[in-house]
Amino acid sequence: MKIPGLPRITGWHPIATTLILAGAMAAFARFNYGLGATTNLSDEFPWGLWIGFDFLGIGLAASGFTIVAAVNLFHAKEYEPIVRPAILTAFIGYLLVVLVLIIDLGRPDHFWHPLVMWNPHSVMCEISWCLMLYTTVLSLEFAPIVLEKLNIVSPIKWIHAVSLPLMIFGVLLSTLHQSSFGSLYLIVPNRLHPLWYTPLLPVLFFISCIASGISMVILESLIFARGGRDLLPTPLRANLAKIIAVALAVYSVVRVQDLLTRGAWHELTTLTYYSLAFYAELLIGFVLPFAMLLLERVRTSRLGLYAATLLVVVGFAFNRMNTAITGLEHYPTQTYFPSLIEVFITLGITAVGFSAFSFIVKYLPIFEPVVAGPRPRKEVVTGRPEPIFIAREGGDLESR
Amino acid sequence: MSQKKAMLIDLTLCVGCNACQSACKEENRLPPNEEKHLSLTAYTALDKYNDLYVRRLCQHCDVPTCVSVCPVGALSKTEAGPVAYDAEKCIGCRYCLQACPFHVPKYEWSSTKPRIQKCKFCAPRLARGLPPACAEACPTGATLFGDREELLIEAARRIDAEPAKFVHRIYGKDDVGGTSMFYLSPVPFEQLGFDSRMGKTPMPMLTMSALSKVPNVLSVGGVLLGGVWWITNRRAKVQAFEASQKKDPTCPPEDKP
Ligand code: SF4
Ligand code: SF4
Ligand code: SF4
Repeated sequence: MKIPGLPRITGWHPIATTLILAGAMAAFARFNYGLGATTNLSDEFPWGLWIGFDFLGIGLAASGFTIVAAVNLFHAKEYEPIVRPAILTAFIGYLLVVLVLIIDLGRPDHFWHPLVMWNPHSVMCEISWCLMLYTTVLSLEFAPIVLEKLNIVSPIKWIHAVSLPLMIFGVLLSTLHQSSFGSLYLIVPNRLHPLWYTPLLPVLFFISCIASGISMVILESLIFARGGRDLLPTPLRANLAKIIAVALAVYSVVRVQDLLTRGAWHELTTLTYYSLAFYAELLIGFVLPFAMLLLERVRTSRLGLYAATLLVVVGFAFNRMNTAITGLEHYPTQTYFPSLIEVFITLGITAVGFSAFSFIVKYLPIFEPVVAGPRPRKEVVTGRPEPIFIAREGGDLESR
Repeated sequence: MSQKKAMLIDLTLCVGCNACQSACKEENRLPPNEEKHLSLTAYTALDKYNDLYVRRLCQHCDVPTCVSVCPVGALSKTEAGPVAYDAEKCIGCRYCLQACPFHVPKYEWSSTKPRIQKCKFCAPRLARGLPPACAEACPTGATLFGDREELLIEAARRIDAEPAKFVHRIYGKDDVGGTSMFYLSPVPFEQLGFDSRMGKTPMPMLTMSALSKVPNVLSVGGVLLGGVWWITNRRAKVQAFEASQKKDPTCPPEDKP
């Protein structure tokens, strides 16, 4: 069975290369001329697209801890095949976010300061620590895959010995900073629009990252399914979809309930810049995919799941961008739109992420966790999506 | 520096002469042009509302939001009152700009080594026992410098003496947890651009409720997850044993510390 619209886009390589080059040039400009000349940030709007990107990156990388927790702590071993893709996604996601954060800092040369100068009252400080520690955890979780490939065994054993506390630590760190990204805004009740400001921000951020993180792995497992050879059998994928549906439902209920109790729903009775953004976010990203995932038919169909999880991811992006940008605008007097340089840096870094992912998938045993055996083919790729190169050994194509 | 210092700004006395800004600019070696808004080169500015002038400047809050959000402690509340800034520590995250409830800190956007700029409450002058330049320059006494407690008494006395002249509120006494700048006004503060959505609770408390859970998440969460692992692992082991031994052969030879 074929999945339409798969990302083996013709000409992906030239596109990625262009984006990365443009991004590098933009970054060069940013470092040479400073933030003022190259971004649309200002005293009134000190955080913009990049912070939004960080939210997105971290949220989509949430698969790293949910899947690891499910498989290794809750012993849902049947999900083993997606552990490595999940860890890889998270690892790349976090590295990129750290990179963007450093570009975003006014003093990138001081980026290490939070490690030695603490302020326990600062959410930002907590986030820096969590990011750093969790990226370390991820690199340790990822290291065995590389070492295995290189046939260096002894450190693997060493890592295995500490893997349990490591994983627990990783899950806790994730719980903390996923929600802390929401806590960042707790201190601006006077600035953030009531449709997004709520004392529950950390809770909402946490619930939604579970939905988006799992959606991300489902998307990957579908995209890299390579014809008939699925990473996960349909029933398992359907189970994951159920978890997403539950997370979406819990999120929507908490969100709506919160709007009602705070009285912020008044903002929704008229069509404004904000209410439109809100509706778009909640309907596209939460209600619609939830409704879809209720149907057995959707959960078990690849196309259905593809669409539903894509909606979750898009809606999630809406939500984070709305929190980081829309909700802080004072329409129409004070709005923010990223500058070209901001956009190019963001796109460039995103392209780096995708390229790194497909590169690593090609050379490391990510999608075939058991045997480190045959490595995937190369460049033929750019042509048609599916049929040709499914000739992976054992690939019983067009089945299932 | 035993006593906390403060300033009392009586809007009924301000004539809008801008002497405070000029003096401030001279003291801080800033370009002497007159400015209407806070900026990198204006640590204080006058906002005009009909016939009233409202002096804006850093409030040097008692529980400063900016200090609480700064990840590296580049901002700090000093004992004498001023909220000080250390550019050597600052990483330029701009959280202070985002969070300050009075929109005070300004950023050197055009620099490649940008810093924050804001009123320093003339900390060096205070250390020498002098009043801030702006208070010294004020010709009408609209800005009065002194000990925090004494100024509060003075402010209350003024309201008592002429109850018809003032709204009965000393802004800054306990707003956002108290500040070092007290305002007396003849009209409600909401009409003068003071944000009415901010209560008496210091803003940092909003975050503390979340941050205070961190140790709990770590300890309780750790135990919980460890327990879950133990239970599910045991179950898995039992199942595996019952079936037959089919575990991964990676660990045996080496460690079991
Ligand atoms: S007014 Fe703003 S910058 Fe000044 S001390 Fe208070 S929070 Fe900090
Ligand atoms: S910009 Fe500098 S002073 Fe402001 S919060 Fe960030 S590190 Fe602290
Ligand atoms: S206290 Fe000093 S720095 Fe602040 S406004 Fe007055 S003169 Fe300027």
